[in-house]
Amino acid sequence: MSNSGVNSPLAEPPDGPDAHGAAAQTLARGQRRRARGRRGDDGSREQSMVPRAEFRSYYGRPVLKPPVWEWKVPAYLFTGGLSAGSAVLAAGADLTSRPALRRAGRISSLLTLLVSAYFLIADLGRPERFHHMLRVAKPTSPMSVGTWILTLYAPGVGIAALSELLPAKARRTIPGRLLDRLARPAALASAALAPAVASYTAVLLSQTAAPAWHEAHPQLPFIFTGSAAASAGGLAMVLTPVDEAGPARMFACYGGVSELVASKLMEQQLGLSSEAYTTGRAHQLRKWSQRLTTAGLIGATLAGRRSRAIAGASGLALLAGSALQRFGVFEAGVASTKDPKYVVVPQRQRLDRSS
Amino acid sequence: MIGDHSLSGPLDDVAADAGHLAPPPRVGFFTDTSVCIGCKACEVACKEWNLVPEDGLNLLGMSFDNTGMLGANSWRHVAFIEQQVPLGNQDTGLAGLPTGPSGIEQMTDAISSTLRHAERGGGELGTTPLHVDSEPQSLGMPSFDRPGARTGAEDRTDFRWLMASDVCKHCTHAGCLDVCPTGALLRTEFGTVVVQQDICNGCGYCVSGCPYGVIDRRPHDGRAQKCTLCYDRLRDGLEPACAKACPTDSIQFGPLEELRAHAAQRVEQLHELGVTEARLYGHDPNDGVGGNGAFFLLLDEPEVYGLPPDPVVPTRDLPAMWKYAGIAASAFLAAAVAAFAGGGH
Repeated sequence: MSNSGVNSPLAEPPDGPDAHGAAAQTLARGQRRRARGRRGDDGSREQSMVPRAEFRSYYGRPVLKPPVWEWKVPAYLFTGGLSAGSAVLAAGADLTSRPALRRAGRISSLLTLLVSAYFLIADLGRPERFHHMLRVAKPTSPMSVGTWILTLYAPGVGIAALSELLPAKARRTIPGRLLDRLARPAALASAALAPAVASYTAVLLSQTAAPAWHEAHPQLPFIFTGSAAASAGGLAMVLTPVDEAGPARMFACYGGVSELVASKLMEQQLGLSSEAYTTGRAHQLRKWSQRLTTAGLIGATLAGRRSRAIAGASGLALLAGSALQRFGVFEAGVASTKDPKYVVVPQRQRLDRSS
Repeated sequence: MIGDHSLSGPLDDVAADAGHLAPPPRVGFFTDTSVCIGCKACEVACKEWNLVPEDGLNLLGMSFDNTGMLGANSWRHVAFIEQQVPLGNQDTGLAGLPTGPSGIEQMTDAISSTLRHAERGGGELGTTPLHVDSEPQSLGMPSFDRPGARTGAEDRTDFRWLMASDVCKHCTHAGCLDVCPTGALLRTEFGTVVVQQDICNGCGYCVSGCPYGVIDRRPHDGRAQKCTLCYDRLRDGLEPACAKACPTDSIQFGPLEELRAHAAQRVEQLHELGVTEARLYGHDPNDGVGGNGAFFLLLDEPEVYGLPPDPVVPTRDLPAMWKYAGIAASAFLAAAVAAFAGGGH
């Protein structure tokens, strides 16, 4: 596991092999906190009172509640972003006469949106009450804001995709012709909302007490919109012939680069919370995400225009990289609620600085 | 609608800010832990009155605290802390004598390292740290001898007990309330924060929104649960069950203004008695959550009791968060436009 020294498993007796290190930590701590002066310093107590850790806690129990959200939430983050990116690509393809890209984008944005809706509802404690989300519009709740963004976004995506899926016979009927006529404005409306769909999820995670999510609020939106663009571009590269997929490749490249750069900046700029991203399961997931995204970027740039096979493989790599990024970020936030150090140490430092 | 301090900072009248017309004075708890005897009558009274289900009949193996933390099925939680420090001017008669090492630190280490492997990192009520596959280890307690039967220096230890009854803080700026997407969480006319059970759909956002780790989703029920400050009793002019049951008046209920004035006096009194470590927690309207409706007198740093030392409501940074999201969203759209304008090369 990824325990830092702070919670190292108890193995050695007080005078065991590690006593030296422990004593050094104790000393450092004692110096930092000597102002308190309540601790006995008669030699008899040197092994006790001061915990080995450099912060104090209630038996090491978490201060925060770990999220009750399961894998469905990061899965939604991925599919929601993918839907938004695909909607944007479909609208652009429609306006620049790229029928294959348009068709792939419209259909995939609807399918991924439907999967998103499933994840969102299934993760509720009372799924049958999902419509309670619609009884208020609450600007302080990113989930409420997101609900309304999705509510406005969905109809356009649905109409655009239906017009693609309509059989030729039905297209000639009056409702069919109406649907055809409506498809472009509907798709443009949903494309206009797509950036909000792709970015609000970052605020959703950041407006929590989980230190790794909250403190990353300047970087997370760029990671998430980047991941959305990379995945949507990747999916279009898989589904569309190379001569029409040019904008998808460019969009994917923007997304992948944005995701990688923002992710690196986040690791550097976060304080203690960066440890939640760079250790444990979150680290494994994000390491693979970075590898796959990098590979996808290289493939798309070098050979995406020439070879359908390479373009498809690069697209799949980008999709996988984007998904792993979401799961990695999710895991990091969860980890930062389980270990009290992520809560106590920065808050204690803040208090010590201000006093 | 959104005033200067609607998201964070001091707020004179929370109920009025939430839209109540001519609300009664804001009420709350002042929990004076210096007189807590750890009887847990508050936990029991709360469970009985509010019909809170059992939270796991486990021995947590760390102290007399077998509840562990607040959660969906535990709205009051009495923490027990053993420390090798005297209380105030107290003389245990051991000051000049050699004493043996205590098991306190060892126990904390053993518990915290095994908790990491438990479900939800030990964040599930009734999580015992002892079912991990490892050799049993002696923590030096309890002893099988009669007290005082052994008299050697190595058997003498000097310690004090801290006991504190924790509860939902009913924050001025409540993270749970801010993020609730259904309006299930609401600010009552008394300034308290309550979950409406017929509305909550169990989205779980409040669980992550609380900077104190108070509210949680009840397993098999699916809805979020926490202290209501006995909303039903308040409406009938009664004090909450825990305060009613507390035999030492460690839990005091009343209008918040009065409680704050009383608490300030109590701290002063304790300082005069030599208990210089007494301090208030959650009383300050200028703190990160705009002050708590339920605040505490503590005898050590908050983190020792499992409380965050300087909590901040996540909503405080909401404008900044949307600003960054807006920039990222614009960049996303610009990239799409550029991708098509570039002709796809």
